Amino acid sequence: MSKIVELINVFALLSLLAVGGGTAVLPEMEHVTVERCHWVSDTQFAEIYSLGQLAPGPNMTCVALIGYEVSGVAGLLAVLVAFFFPACLLCYFASKVWDAAEGSPWRDAVQRGMAPIVIGLMLAGCYALGKTASYNPAKDWDVNLLTLGIGAAVAVILSLTRINPALTILSGGAAGFFLLG
Amino acid sequence: MSDATPRVSLGKLFRVFGLIGLTSFGGGIVAYLRRALVDKEKWLDEDGFMAALEIAQTLPGLNSTNMSVIVGRKLRGPAGALVATLGMILPGAVIVTALGFTYVALRHDPKVAVVLTGVAAAAVGLLVQVTLKIGWKQLIRPQDLLFVVVVFVLVGIFHVSLLVTLIAVAPLAIWVHRPRTEKEAA
Repeated sequence: MSKIVELINVFALLSLLAVGGGTAVLPEMEHVTVERCHWVSDTQFAEIYSLGQLAPGPNMTCVALIGYEVSGVAGLLAVLVAFFFPACLLCYFASKVWDAAEGSPWRDAVQRGMAPIVIGLMLAGCYALGKTASYNPAKDWDVNLLTLGIGAAVAVILSLTRINPALTILSGGAAGFFLLG
Repeated sequence: MSDATPRVSLGKLFRVFGLIGLTSFGGGIVAYLRRALVDKEKWLDEDGFMAALEIAQTLPGLNSTNMSVIVGRKLRGPAGALVATLGMILPGAVIVTALGFTYVALRHDPKVAVVLTGVAAAAVGLLVQVTLKIGWKQLIRPQDLLFVVVVFVLVGIFHVSLLVTLIAVAPLAIWVHRPRTEKEAA
């Protein structure tokens, strides 16, 4: 039971700190769930995030799987509610206030000021995932070369084409199967 | 024209958001939302959509669920917000749960492990590309780049708590962009 309360506390706070979208809390989530609470390993964290990219809908629904690892189905449901409900409730009331502030020049200031913070957080998220998923010192150099290569190939392909990103994730899995298996 | 909010049933609201939640593979949910809400159902015009998106992006929380709350509230009040948000979340939650059960059962299989290694490597590439795509403007403007680097170092390297970082950095970043009377360069 205390595990559930802990899960709710962590994910409710993360929910309210998700400025500029769910990806912005990725580095903090990785640090808390892997290094502080030891709920999942760094590899599991990266894999759970990646599985989330294969499901439709909001890309952070996968956080529920961390709850599942900790406390089974009850943990899964607790994390889903804790991660989505507080931010939705805040949005409901804040959007009413925001409507009232229509035309205030401070709205623009908030948006332009927060933009670089969100990008900094997203880069920290890239680093938090990449330090196990792309370059892992515990693995052989040829594995690391391949994982770095897959990441670079995906980034380049997505920059140059309009292919569905989920397909590039599946292709990465296929590359792992045929080249590492 | 934009004030004429159409009367929409809760069932219809759930179906439209549920369909987006079920079919929006590979991120980019905003594009799916625009197609459904503006082009197909005509519940919002272009300006109304952009106004809602602006709020959704600025408030904490996921853009997709914030959009569901805002548009659901606009169309049907509190019940509308609830129904639209559930529609958005539930299909993906069910699918990710199924994927997760499979993952937990199979992850120690060496064949599955190499697939997951490839999947995770590709996910990093996707995240880097998305970050650069939406962030290039901030990365080439020295003043913004400073904030990008400070936040990256604090949260990414030194693991300063996100709450502390936001309280310390956000007011400063907003103050830098504070409204001024004379026209400033963008």
